[in-house]
Parts: sequence; C-alpha cells; structure tokens
Amino acid sequence: MTVRRATAEPVWVRRLLTGLALGFLALFLVVPLVAVFREAFAHGAEAYWAALAEGEAQHAMLLTVTIAAFALPFNIAFGIAAAWVIAKFEFRGKSLLTTLIDLPFAVSPVVAGLMFILLFGAQGYFGQWLAANDIRIIFALPGMMLATLFVTFPFVARELIPLMQAQGRDEEEAAVSLGASGWQMFFRVTLPNIKWGLMYGVILANARAMGEFGAVSVVSGHIRGETNTLPLHVEILYNEYNQIGAFASASVLALLGLVTLVAKTVVEWRMRKETEMLGAELPPEKTDLRPSFSTEQP
Amino acid sequence: MFPVAAKPDGVLPGFRLGLGYTLTYLALLVLIPLGGMILMTGKLSWGELWAIASGERAMASYRVTFGASLLAAMVNAVFGLVVAWVLVRYPFPGKRFVDALVDLPFALPTAVAGITLATLYAENGWIGQHLASVGIKVAFTPLGIVVALIFVTLPFVVRTLQPVIEDIEAEVEEAAASLGASRWQTFTRVLLPGLLPAWLTGFTLAFSRAIGEFGSVIFIAGNMPLVSEITPLLIISKLEQYDILGATTLAVVMLVISFVLLLTINLLQWWAANRHAGGGDDVPAEALAPGALVGGRP
Repeated sequence: MTVRRATAEPVWVRRLLTGLALGFLALFLVVPLVAVFREAFAHGAEAYWAALAEGEAQHAMLLTVTIAAFALPFNIAFGIAAAWVIAKFEFRGKSLLTTLIDLPFAVSPVVAGLMFILLFGAQGYFGQWLAANDIRIIFALPGMMLATLFVTFPFVARELIPLMQAQGRDEEEAAVSLGASGWQMFFRVTLPNIKWGLMYGVILANARAMGEFGAVSVVSGHIRGETNTLPLHVEILYNEYNQIGAFASASVLALLGLVTLVAKTVVEWRMRKETEMLGAELPPEKTDLRPSFSTEQP
Repeated sequence: MFPVAAKPDGVLPGFRLGLGYTLTYLALLVLIPLGGMILMTGKLSWGELWAIASGERAMASYRVTFGASLLAAMVNAVFGLVVAWVLVRYPFPGKRFVDALVDLPFALPTAVAGITLATLYAENGWIGQHLASVGIKVAFTPLGIVVALIFVTLPFVVRTLQPVIEDIEAEVEEAAASLGASRWQTFTRVLLPGLLPAWLTGFTLAFSRAIGEFGSVIFIAGNMPLVSEITPLLIISKLEQYDILGATTLAVVMLVISFVLLLTINLLQWWAANRHAGGGDDVPAEALAPGALVGGRP
C-alpha cells in the first residue's frame, strides 16, 4: 500500500481533475481544430486545392499578407520606442501612458472599425475633404490597414515593457559611458537583449493582423476580389453555403494559427533558457526575490 | 507611486525621440479616433442619446451580450482553475503539448472559430446531433453565443492562474497539513484566498473580451433581433442603415463599459500586488518592483 503525502490530493481526485481538464480542452479546442481540416477535405484533396487556387482566394491571401507586412514594422517601431521610454526612464504620467497603450485591447473590434468610419467615412469629419480630393480610405486598403494597426497596437509594447524593466539600465549605461553612440548602443546592446521578447510580440501581432475580422470587416465594404482579406473571404463563402471553399480558406488560417503556437512555444522556451542562464550567474541568495506566496499569510 | 522627475535622469539617450514618437503614434491611432467618436455623440441631446441607448432592441442586445459573456466567463473560471491546477501540479504524458494548445483561441482567427463551431453544433453536426437527440439546441440560439465565447476567452483564466499556482510555496501547504487541515480545507481556506486576485483578474479579462467579441459569435448566433443579437452586431446593422449617430451612441455605451472593466482589471492587479507587499513582515517595495524579478540587480 502506498502512503499519500499530506500535501497531495488522493489519487481519485487527481484522476478526476485531470480527466475534467483534458475533457474540457478536448471538447473546446481539439474537436474544433480537427473539424476545420475534416470539413476542408470533406470532398477530397482535389476539391480542396481547387478551392484554394481560385482567383478570389488567392487575392484574399495576398491582401492578408500585404496588410500584415504593412502593420508589423509600425508595431515594432512603436513597441520599441514605447518600451524604451517606459522601462528606462522615470517621468510624470508614466502609469497613465502604460494604461493607454493597453486601451485597444479593451475596445471591441467593431467599435474600432466604427471610429475610423467616423473620421474618414462619407459622413465623417474628413469625409467631404477626402471626397473632394478623391482619396479613398474607408472601403479601401488604407482603412483596413488603419484598423489592423489599431487592433495590433499593444502587442509588441506590452511584451517589451516588462522585459526591458527587468533588464534595467546598467548595460546600456555602460555602453554609453564607454563612448557608444545612441544607435550603437541600441543595435549592439539593447536589441540583442530584447530579441526574443520582440519576436514573441511580433508573432502575436502577426497572428492578430492576419486573422482580424471585426474591425477590418467594418471598414472593408466587402468588395469581392478587392477588399476581402482571407477571414472576410471565409465569411462570404460560408454565407453562400460554399462549405468546402470556406473551410479550405479557413484551414489556411488554422495552419497559420498552429504555426503561431509552435513559434510562440519555441520563443518562450528560448526566453526561459536565457532567464535561467542569467539567474545562474548570480549568487544564490539573490536569485529569488520574487514576492513569495507565504508572506501574505497572517 | 513612481518618483516624479520632470527631466530624464541618467545618461541614456533617446528619451525625447522615444516619447515623442510614442505620443504621436498613440494620439493619431488611438486618442484622436476615440475622441472623435465621443465628440460625435455631442450632435445629440441627452434625451436623444438616452432614447437610443435604452431602445428596446438595444436593451435586448445588452442582455444577450452581457448574459452570454457572464456565463462564458463563469464556465471558464471553473474549468480554467481546474486546467491551471492540473497543468501545474499533475504529471501526465503530452503535458507540454496540452499547455501550448491552451493558447489556440488567441492564435486561431475568430472567423475560423465561428464557422467551425457553427458547423459542429448545428443540428446535423458532430456535437449538435447528439445534443439534438436530448432536445438541446445550441447553434442559432443564445446558447451558441455562450459556446463561441467560451472558446474565445478560454486562455485568460488559465494563463493568469498558472504563474500564481507555480509560486505557491510548499511550506504553506505543509504547515496547513501539519496543523491538521484536510486537503480540502487547505485548498479552500489557505490556497484559494491566495489565488483569488488572479482568479478574478482572469475572469474580468475573459468577460471584457467576451462583450466585444464579434467574429466568432455572428456565425453561430442566428442573429435574431431581440433574441440572439449581440450589441456589436446591432452597431453594424445601424451603420448599414446609415444610422451613424445610432451606431455611435451604442459604441460609446460599449466603450464606457470597457473602460470600467479596464479600470477593474487594473485595480485587481494593484490588489494582487499589494497583498504580496502587505501582511506580516514588511517586504520593502523595491524588492517587489518588476526589476527584481530577473536577476535582482539594482
């Protein structure tokens, strides 16, 4: 007979909880994921490839990649600038700025799309001026890019801020006092230090940029073969009862999601490894300064 | 609070450039569009605003949106706790794979989730046919909205609880056990109070994401006015009828609610941080600053 430790649950409780957890995840995550590919291949591989090779699907993929490729550099530049200022300097209003950066996550995608219609749409603030100068923003590519920039706004910054705060100022200060210029310091010290965090933020921002539906849908105008990104293309086909076409395009997006998960896991693993290496360099009593759970017990 | 300095301290460059860029980008992409939307409601009197915001269809949409979001967040609070506990405490084969899979809803585009869940839970779908045989209809009813929202917000509670459960020190449980507490007593009286701030944060994050969600919901909801129409969809249908002011009014209602939730999340996090700082021995605040997490350098 085995003796159970007083700080462990009985075996039947462990089994029950593990079963519950895995059952819940299987029902809500695994089954839908399998279903995407099953539906896409319901009429065989030939129908699948035919659906993907079709002109509008190709155009939608191209548009999705274009928008993401446009949005990411802006996000990277903003993320680094904001994290640099917030993590390395003290100034008035810093906590307000940090909150404002998170704001786009709290706003519904539909509301985000509407904001840009109110600015640039026909009845919006700049609508008449834009029409007079024959500039199209809403129901065209620029509006979709703006909406994507808005919904992906916080990703890179919110990964980099805690990372750069944790790293402190020492290394950069050393570089500057040894005569490095600002850009030398940035490219030789800061960037190598934050590369995994940056990559992590970019992976998440990219997934959102390519998969965004609500905000882009509101400003796109759904012009077939023109302003349809891949997620919008999925919607149109699904509403036309083109099950194979909708799920074929959806499977491409699902694949993107899976690649995102793998890339994210690899980067997390690299980050943990580097943090551990950093921890190993320090004397043992200094490594664990984390707020310990026990201090809060009365 | 952080020390206030009007001027950046230290020798590091890039404060003005970084702050200037951050504020410009933030203003152009977030603050001006949001402000423009709020200003737009100034075209209506308070009475008109109230009439739109409390119209019959609007009130019904709030009930559907908030009711479904609350239910989904509650389901995720319960199962999220179980999943987080199992992932941290119990060994089982394939654990790293399951852990990575939890983030799937963040990586999978919402439109893909929407059409897949609608297909699965339709009356002839994999899951829907079994539910239909016991008389439960999910797709195209408010229950379908709950299912979609459970999927979309699944990672929040798990991911906020996981690090806190990892941080529980063995001594706490050993002390409780050696003082004669049963495992259940230890869990409910000692461990659960410690998890409460993170648990509530995860719940609020899930709820806040759920009320704004659009892409995954519209495919499975059925979208019947007064029955299964969510507020974001009502905003879009007003927009499509060129009722710009009506759409804007509802958007501002959602915005206000989102801000309140964002504030709640910040307060919960502040509470969580202060629980660690308070209690028994006085831990100096510096030891709890983010800078202390990695490396513990000054």
